Amino acid sequence: MKIRVRHFAVLREQRGCQLEEVEVAPGTTAAALYDLLFPPGLEGQLPVLFAVNQTYVGRAAVLVEGDEVAFIPPLGGG
Amino acid sequence: MYAVQASPIDVSTVRDAVSRPGAGAVLVFEGVARDNFDGRPVLGLDYEAYAEMAVPQMEAIAAELAARWPGARVAMVHRTGALEIGEASVVIAVSAPHRVEAYEASRFAIDALKARVPVWKKERYADGAAWKANAESPTTGPEAP
Repeated sequence: MKIRVRHFAVLREQRGCQLEEVEVAPGTTAAALYDLLFPPGLEGQLPVLFAVNQTYVGRAAVLVEGDEVAFIPPLGGG
Repeated sequence: MYAVQASPIDVSTVRDAVSRPGAGAVLVFEGVARDNFDGRPVLGLDYEAYAEMAVPQMEAIAAELAARWPGARVAMVHRTGALEIGEASVVIAVSAPHRVEAYEASRFAIDALKARVPVWKKERYADGAAWKANAESPTTGPEAP
């Protein structure tokens, strides 16, 4: 199934794009997609929040076809 | 009024969005681009937002605020793009029947914005730049509902 992924801030820079479409297996969770696109390296992953269709969800949220996912790096607004 | 915009924020527009006859107190908070971080000179700031999510998050904060301080109202606008030192990055206006609720609700609004609204800040220095996180930003996600 296809998932739309939006990238922001430091993750946008790491990934080199603002938006991509990713093909994943049914049952894939938000956290699993994060591990796929940002594999834990020697320095570890950035702690993120997960958003699906512009709403915060838990890391175990199961994705469905057509979802828009964003990994929310530490916030800096204000 | 809940918005994310690349153009400079007009403070009076935000203020006017909450003023009304029953409000005896109107408080306007401006977050402003500062010229240093712990003494290190900062030349400017770059803000980036997930606008389609930031606005609903602002609306959710406003609903919580109205429930907690009856009669209080809030408007908030966050800037994106490149800011010069001294420019407002965020403007939050609160109106309430009395000043005590206005001060409390204003503090709640900016603290909640920093913790939940998807906006990011990069500081520009003479020799580089860095993304800076808020102390209020949670580092782990809430469990799935």
